Amino acid sequence: MITINVNGTPQQVEAEEGMPLLWVIRDVLNMTGTKYGCGVGSCGACTVLIDGAATRSCSFPVGLAANKNITTIEGLKSGDTLHKVQQAWIEAQAPQCGFCQSGQIMAAVALLSEKPQPTDADIDAAMTNICRCGAYTQIRAAIHAAAKV
Amino acid sequence: MVSRRLVIFGGVAAAGGLAVGYALMPFSTADRAKRMIAKEGTTPLSAWVRIGTDNSVTVIVPHSEMGQGVHTSMPMMLAEELDADWSLVRMEQAPADMAFANGSLAREYLRGDMSIPSWMSGTAEFGSRKIAEYMNLQITGGSTAVRMTGVRGMRIAGAAARWMLVKAAAAAWGVPESEVVAKQSKLTHASGKQATYGEMAAAAAAYDPPVDPPLKAKKDYTIVGQPIARFDIPGKVDGSAKFGIDTRLPNMSFACVAACPVFGGTLKSVDEKPALAMKGVKKVVKLPAAVAVVADNTWRAKEALAALQPEWNEGANANISQATIFAAKDAALKKGDLTEDHAVGNVDEALKGAKKVVEATYRVPFLAHATMEVMNCTAQFENGKLTIWGGFQDGLGAKARAAKAAGIAIDDVTLHHTSMGGGFGRRGYSLDYIDKAIGVARQVEGPVQVVFTREEDMTQDYYRHASMAKMRAALDDKGKVTAWLHTFTEKHDPPEALRVNYDFANQAARYASGTNPIPWGPWRSVDHTQQGFFIETFMDELAAAAGKDPFEFRRAHLERAPRHKAALELVAQMANWATPPEQGRARGIAIREAFGTIVAQVAEVSVGTDGRAHVHKVWSAVDPGEVINPATFTAQIQGGAIYGLTAALYGEITIDKGRVVQQNFPDYEMVRMAAAPEHEVRFIESGARTGGAGEPGTAPIAAAVGNAIFALTKKRIRELPYAKATLTAGTNAGVANG
Repeated sequence: MITINVNGTPQQVEAEEGMPLLWVIRDVLNMTGTKYGCGVGSCGACTVLIDGAATRSCSFPVGLAANKNITTIEGLKSGDTLHKVQQAWIEAQAPQCGFCQSGQIMAAVALLSEKPQPTDADIDAAMTNICRCGAYTQIRAAIHAAAKV
Repeated sequence: MVSRRLVIFGGVAAAGGLAVGYALMPFSTADRAKRMIAKEGTTPLSAWVRIGTDNSVTVIVPHSEMGQGVHTSMPMMLAEELDADWSLVRMEQAPADMAFANGSLAREYLRGDMSIPSWMSGTAEFGSRKIAEYMNLQITGGSTAVRMTGVRGMRIAGAAARWMLVKAAAAAWGVPESEVVAKQSKLTHASGKQATYGEMAAAAAAYDPPVDPPLKAKKDYTIVGQPIARFDIPGKVDGSAKFGIDTRLPNMSFACVAACPVFGGTLKSVDEKPALAMKGVKKVVKLPAAVAVVADNTWRAKEALAALQPEWNEGANANISQATIFAAKDAALKKGDLTEDHAVGNVDEALKGAKKVVEATYRVPFLAHATMEVMNCTAQFENGKLTIWGGFQDGLGAKARAAKAAGIAIDDVTLHHTSMGGGFGRRGYSLDYIDKAIGVARQVEGPVQVVFTREEDMTQDYYRHASMAKMRAALDDKGKVTAWLHTFTEKHDPPEALRVNYDFANQAARYASGTNPIPWGPWRSVDHTQQGFFIETFMDELAAAAGKDPFEFRRAHLERAPRHKAALELVAQMANWATPPEQGRARGIAIREAFGTIVAQVAEVSVGTDGRAHVHKVWSAVDPGEVINPATFTAQIQGGAIYGLTAALYGEITIDKGRVVQQNFPDYEMVRMAAAPEHEVRFIESGARTGGAGEPGTAPIAAAVGNAIFALTKKRIRELPYAKATLTAGTNAGVANG
């Protein structure tokens, strides 16, 4: 048994230490907002925050996550209130198919906590997640809008 | 087709209120359907809109949402004609059922000057279904939803329901119909009488809907043409939207599958022990051409599958490679025994007598779809019946395929639609993932989710075909094209992809078939992805050979295509074509008509110190006839261009020993944020018949970028992807044209 802290709640999970955090979140805890995209840390669909840092959970062994604070897309809201990044995403109508968007939003949250007023170059450098629908224009606009809130 | 007509029917909805539906049916069936409705009273064959007693308006949409906004644009079209209060409008996806097939509408709509893409027809097999003469389609593909279901169905159902409500109010109030005003889901009369649609719905259900209800004039629209927020977006920002891979059911197992890596091969044998010894593994399932491991979570299934060493009968394709495939294409074109697609004038004579002939050969590789959500399907057998969960571009086709794979009647299959993590053609026609899920579910107790790993998804796709084209054209002294001969390998769809809108007096397109030994599937914009590159790159080469500006050269050949000319002129104006860009950059131009929408594009490019082309800005002038939702349409043009840009810059699937070499994103690169250009989109609402949104933006981008590379470097790249060519950083002052 490994204890991990997900969205503020300690969870005891039955998993091998080497099992990627992604699959613990999705298949053991059945929190499906975090997505599998590539399994090799390339596409970013599985991005979660670990102690505030954007992390590709498909390549992060759950054993290393013990006693760390993990935030998933389900944990961004406070009560019924959306996080300002989620709100900006709706206003910019950013998602198309939506599959990559949990990861995009988590990456944007991490970027804004580090750089509250990111430049386009900051966004280029931090937002390396793939959006196959090509919604980059709207994602960029949403990040700039969230920075103004 | 003369024996079909559009039938509208109405009645009391199951929960009270009004339901209105429509169908395109043969005369005989239509009468029967009307009798059925009259008899049963409360059950319209297929309801497309329900007005509840609570005044809610529920629009039933037969298409699948994959981010293109169809679950919002369809209700917009209906609500507009209904004069509904948008805040009361809800969306519901139609079940995968015959009554909600839209193929007949599609065929009716396209009759005459367009044909329905062949990959869209016959995907479902209903055998002896009651109305077997229908094309059994519920497809979301070919950019058809708005063009067909929307224009032919949604608008008419909305207008018919409004007409019935007005009729009911007039009768209830004893006033002429012409004096009843229907607006914002409310009926009013100058006398002060008023009722909501919901209050009048039950009374309205008593009226026969009109066959040909009056439609609103565009100038009176209040919903269509507005950037309305999409229904599906809130669930996509908080993780609550459920995709196929998110299906979770009690007692569910998870399986990963590996098919024979060589196309056409089969499973010879596999030692199951290494997998069965691993934690959480329940079973190893052998399928005719694949092996799967079932476990208690996806990761354990994946790890255990990797521990197996299946032996395959690799079959006839084990020796094919990229080189043999392209050699076969080259030989087929050289042999010259080609099928003529179309011909105008006498191109061979015109080429023979010409003073100046230009020739070029182009190549494009295979491409994978690489949807963000890998292929997956959840299936469960229970008491001889099958239930499947997943994302499908054609719910009916998927249901029919499942029935066939399971060997049961279609009525014994239940299909649950989920959100789709990208479609792009992969989830419409190529339904191998359903077959595999059913093959595994057959041998498992309870529901099982069968998931392709990314590697499996990339190596077991149905690929955009590789192709080769040899183009020849003749120019006269004045720089006009006098002959255009377009020869290439492999024609799929749509037929219009070969069309050039330039006024060439002598032209022909001819092709060779049978040169692609690996599975084919439609890929966003289908043949346009490569024909756009061939045609518009060669057009640029002709402009250069004639010593003309590429914009002016195209324009001079569009005298008989005023809409195309207007789009080309607009994009040149948007991009400030006549003024050179900043130093080290150049612009390229291209124009294509795809799925009824004209897109003229300009791309501005530089070459980096890495020897690669960087696209800074794209401008698109788009004439789709009319725009339903400008926000989603803009996003589709931008996203479509990114999809095409990924292919143009990096996309290449290669074949070695009969198998796909590329495994995952690091070796099948994608345009990401840093490489995504700014993209300005403007629309021309010419009033021409409504065109598609999802695919047209993909068609011209490869040529626009390549033409810009040429303008900058004087190097003409005739093979995609561009990243394979090493370019020299452009140091010349910005150049606007070739």
